[in-house]
Amino acid sequence: MSPAPDTLVEVSDLSKTFDISPPWLDRVLERIPRQLLHAVTDVTFSIRRGETFALVGESGSGKSTIAKIVVGLIPANAGHIEIDGVTMGRDTRAVRTLRRRMQMIFQDPYASLNPRMRVDAIVAEPIRAFGIAHGRAVRERVGDLLRAVGLDARDGQKFPHEFSGGQRQRICIARALASDPAFLVCDEPTSALDVSVQAQILNLMRDLQAEFGLTYLFISHDLAVVRHMASRIGVLYLGRLAEVAPGASLFRNPRHPYTRMLLDAVPDLDMSGRPRTPVTGEIPNPIDPPSGCAFHPRCPLANERCRREVPLLLPAGEAIVACHAVAEGRAAA
Amino acid sequence: MSAGPNDDPDLPVDNAARESRAMMTVRPRGFVTRALGSDLVFAFLRSRLTVVAAIVTLTIFLAAAFAPWVAPHDPFDLASLSLLDSLTPPAWENGGSASYILGTDDQGRDLLSAILYGTRISLAVGFASVAFAAVLGITLGLIAGYVGGAVDSVIMRIADVQLTFPAILIALLIDGTTRGLFPGLTREESAFYVLTISLGLSFWVQYARTVRGSTLVEANKEYVLAAKLIGLPSWLIMLRHVLPNVVGPVLVIATINLALAIITEATLSFLGVGVPPTQPSLGTLIRIGQDYLFSGEWWITMFPGAMLAILVLSVNLLGDWLRDALNPRLR
Repeated sequence: MSPAPDTLVEVSDLSKTFDISPPWLDRVLERIPRQLLHAVTDVTFSIRRGETFALVGESGSGKSTIAKIVVGLIPANAGHIEIDGVTMGRDTRAVRTLRRRMQMIFQDPYASLNPRMRVDAIVAEPIRAFGIAHGRAVRERVGDLLRAVGLDARDGQKFPHEFSGGQRQRICIARALASDPAFLVCDEPTSALDVSVQAQILNLMRDLQAEFGLTYLFISHDLAVVRHMASRIGVLYLGRLAEVAPGASLFRNPRHPYTRMLLDAVPDLDMSGRPRTPVTGEIPNPIDPPSGCAFHPRCPLANERCRREVPLLLPAGEAIVACHAVAEGRAAA
Repeated sequence: MSAGPNDDPDLPVDNAARESRAMMTVRPRGFVTRALGSDLVFAFLRSRLTVVAAIVTLTIFLAAAFAPWVAPHDPFDLASLSLLDSLTPPAWENGGSASYILGTDDQGRDLLSAILYGTRISLAVGFASVAFAAVLGITLGLIAGYVGGAVDSVIMRIADVQLTFPAILIALLIDGTTRGLFPGLTREESAFYVLTISLGLSFWVQYARTVRGSTLVEANKEYVLAAKLIGLPSWLIMLRHVLPNVVGPVLVIATINLALAIITEATLSFLGVGVPPTQPSLGTLIRIGQDYLFSGEWWITMFPGAMLAILVLSVNLLGDWLRDALNPRLR
């Protein structure tokens, strides 16, 4: 399976477990076994140049963990990440060059800007760190970036606390764009904002994508936001991908029972009158995930096989779906 | 507890404070008025005790700093000392002399001048040891909180062990080691450094613990992650991003520690480990006077003692006020 030439990001068999065991001495004295939290298990996806790939899922499904692994903030336990032909992980010269081409936009605009630094210093930091510009050129570039995200170049003289949440997120975007990246990882960039501001930020991100030819990995739990942004969508459940499908197709024809459950939960006028499957149950404990398909305790279609056997991602129409019921044709819509 | 409506002591103060605040907010907002209208200044002016403490502290600081110009005599100038003047009582007592307002000690040194020079030494040791403790504690706390893991455990266990040693033990240890290492060094030359280092070593733990705690919180914030993503080296992230956001509480600790350092220095000097009698600090003066206390020369001990008490009390009051003003949740 060689990546297509237009693939920018290739993630294969990514797994991450967190060791949440009590300290060694307690474990030995009280004979408690090691406790591992399986945050991400065997996640495989690829992102094409210029597209927006969205990962959706409930809290605790491993979305943010994947984002942090992809940009290299935390190491993976297993798996392979290749970005622009460079394998991530070892701190080689190529990876250091790659860092510049890859930035992140964070969830909380109130925690992602250093409160003691002026905005122009914040935006200039990546420019100086990567040696993109020097002297006066830095200030010019900061001004350009601030204007590109819809702020005034004079706003650079202010401190972050003088801005609203939406403006702060614009500053974060300007900082992310400062190193001239090709790939942006956006970890729930709008979930901390008011709905009206969300739309402005999302539109700004789409405009910038067109202007700079950016590729997005877009993490969200908000299906309405994802629908607006994503060209392809991966649905995560308990650290595993349940379904990967093109955006329109996923909303028109959801295949995995979990995807259907999520979509049925979205308030939507078009859906009025249609029978809905209410979202039942909660996401299971990732320390002790269910056997077989992790979704089987909540799945209306679960049978004996689902309880025993982990389903693989198999092609189903335009999508790839990890569900025995879909593969066996039991899930006729 | 029968308080009538008119003898509530808080009322007039409250009204005055409210009026002064109202006046401040009406003024145009230039830089000076903005500073005057800030919460810190308001909280300061509101508390009379703090204002008095600040004035006293400032006066003592200035008097000590300019001791060579302020003091009526130079207690270190052996040529001007006369043993005939020794043990002169204060000016208002029988046998007192107008040129020695607070009397003289056993060597005929003017007590007021000796106190001013002594306060100078006490304050210098206090400031130096607080600075030393703060730099050491902030550095170690920052590293412990940011790096974490084994480094964190080692630094914090050392801090725990450090707390079990009293300052006097460390002072004796360092005093002994210095004398062993540099046999030619006199007490006059080494005392300041020995005191500073031993006081600094006994106070750094508080800074380290506070800074480590705040660093643990800050290091997980997303602006630090963003700095990591740029590939900045850890020391630069600590210095540029974490440090400015964790030093706030350090100011409060430093103020309170200054009082503690002055009093510990006095204790050490009183016990003879500190500053030698040729260049007496407040503690040394109290020790010298103690020998004469029961023979009637009470002033040699009492005046330096009173000075020490007033100084420490004022600095402590300032520290308490600063803690309350900077951290409204503690009120």
